[in-house]
Amino acid sequence: MVDRTGTPLVELRDISIAFGGIKAVDHVTVDLYPGEVVGLLGHNGAGKSTLIKCLSGAYRKDSGQILINGQEVEIRDPRDARAQNIETIYQTLALADNLDAASNLFLGRELVNSFGFVDESKMEAETRKIMGRLNPNFRKFNVPVSALSGGQRQSVAIARAVYFNAKILIMDEPTAALGPHETQMVAELIQELKKQGLGIFLIEHDIHAVMDLCDRAVVMKNGQRVGTVDVKDVTDDDILGMIILGKKPPQAY
Amino acid sequence: MSDSPHSAQTTTPGEGAVRRFLRATEIDPRLLGMVGALLLIWLGFHLYGVWVLGEGSFLTPRNLWNLSVQTASIGIMATGMVLVIITRNIDLSVGSIVGVVGMYTGLLQVEWLPPMMGLGNPMIWVIAVVFGITLGALIGLFHGLLIAYLAIPSFIVTLGGLMMWRGMAFLASSGRTISPVDTTFALLGGGPYGAIGATGSWILCAIACAGIAWAMMRGRAARKLHGFALRPIWAEYVVGGISASVVVIATLVVNAYPWPKGILKDYYAKLGQDVPEGAFIAHGFAYPVIIMVAVVLMMTVLMTRTRFGRYVFAIGGNPEAAALSGINTRAMTVKIFALMGALAGIAAIIASARLNSATNALGDLDELMVIAAAVVGGTSLAGGVGTIYGAIIGALVLVSLQTGMVLIGFGDGSYRKIVIGVALVLAVYLDIVYRKRIK
Repeated sequence: MVDRTGTPLVELRDISIAFGGIKAVDHVTVDLYPGEVVGLLGHNGAGKSTLIKCLSGAYRKDSGQILINGQEVEIRDPRDARAQNIETIYQTLALADNLDAASNLFLGRELVNSFGFVDESKMEAETRKIMGRLNPNFRKFNVPVSALSGGQRQSVAIARAVYFNAKILIMDEPTAALGPHETQMVAELIQELKKQGLGIFLIEHDIHAVMDLCDRAVVMKNGQRVGTVDVKDVTDDDILGMIILGKKPPQAY
Repeated sequence: MSDSPHSAQTTTPGEGAVRRFLRATEIDPRLLGMVGALLLIWLGFHLYGVWVLGEGSFLTPRNLWNLSVQTASIGIMATGMVLVIITRNIDLSVGSIVGVVGMYTGLLQVEWLPPMMGLGNPMIWVIAVVFGITLGALIGLFHGLLIAYLAIPSFIVTLGGLMMWRGMAFLASSGRTISPVDTTFALLGGGPYGAIGATGSWILCAIACAGIAWAMMRGRAARKLHGFALRPIWAEYVVGGISASVVVIATLVVNAYPWPKGILKDYYAKLGQDVPEGAFIAHGFAYPVIIMVAVVLMMTVLMTRTRFGRYVFAIGGNPEAAALSGINTRAMTVKIFALMGALAGIAAIIASARLNSATNALGDLDELMVIAAAVVGGTSLAGGVGTIYGAIIGALVLVSLQTGMVLIGFGDGSYRKIVIGVALVLAVYLDIVYRKRIK
């Protein structure tokens, strides 16, 4: 069981962000503890991705606070997020299609030798190591990622998030483009990362996946938080009711 | 660790010998295609001369030496255009930057500095060169800032620049031609004195061959260190041998082109001697060509070995992903355009030195040749794909067509334009066909 007595790993307090008058995220508060998976649910346009992009540095919040381990931090761009050991797997994967797996994995954080030149061989060797762990069947190290299958591309994106010792992981629909076998692999990976004490925000549409993988679920609607529930205290229907009707069950807070 | 060659090579019987050769040597088939096309063009012009005109004049030391000098300014700019196009931008202003930079460097060394420092002061050419490169870089920087931070499309910014800088070049001198430039500065444009001679060329050749051997051994060592598949040893020798041969042949060619009689007489007269019987002084590699080779080497290292180069490709492949990876894409755009401007500055120095004067038509329509060179060399306008060596071969192809048409008696501008236009479209079509077949 997740210990929720100490300081949360992440606290998003009262976050708001608007785009041209539309309040995409409206005073939302969410927290995440080490070793916990928190699911974010809601319709398309409910504000899940937008909220999480304030944490990953893709957007800048209009108001509110972000606390990491109880310390308030300022996240202005993706580099700030990475400096806080926050890694993101985007729904679009955010891969440069014309580059190979190693170049994508180290994009923005290339390994360099003592002359300051990119150490391609070392990056490929490291990529081979981590891919051997995540996806042992992966062989296509020297081709652009545009030549890879959906699952292979996904594993490159996941490897990128895992390689750099993330403490906080954001996964935006990580299994949307995957087959059953690969989905299973992602589920196992999430369990393993959980054991290592990472905190994971998981954006997911599939309620069954949420029930399986998450400890808590946060439901959003029209930019606002409907409620947060302990997954083991509620049924699928309770969560569905929250998503569709915005109805808060008694167990929720 | 064992020296295992490519496993795929042994496990795919039935593939053609050419394909096997390419796989083992890891030579890019498109490089081979471009070089093949270039050689065909050269041979075509030469044979047309032999058969129709009774004298082949293309594949002569003299023409090839001139070709190398003429390619320098376009080639140097094409290496920068590769970066611009890879990041899904375009720079239409490079020809006008050449014009305005050439004009101001001309004014600087002809009208402004000599009264202050004395005519022929040995520092004048240094100041002019630094000034030219800096001015080019600043203009590029300015374009980059407008593109990156005000989000004006590069097409528009540089189209504006195309017109504006050309106008500035005219105004700077009220349309006069500024001539002659500083005598040392003029050497940067080539010519009999603007080359390093036979001995110097052989020394350069030896350094280049040693460099090739060193690079190949280092590459092999790096692969061994991490246990990656190695090229079969024969393939290493083939690749190294071909590269070294190209260098040696180029050296032989430039060393076979002698100074003309007038220059010889001038040279010996200065020494106070008569021209000896059978005097032969070779040109050797021209300075502009050496500058181009240096630029190509630096740009290749920049694109393949540095983070900057990585980011250029990443931005071209997926700008959004690049930004999410923490790459400052705006700053990158500014740097790329500043670099392009600096290279146009170098091109301006070479072009004005070669003419021994600055005119306001300097670099006119160069932007089209430069863009065409990059594209013929395999740079994709869709972004994300391109090589420096490709751009140089592209520049060689276009300049060869241009000079070749003159040599075979179609010097009239209209024929040249038709041929180059057709070549550009054909090259891109062949590239599209090739890419489809690869998939």
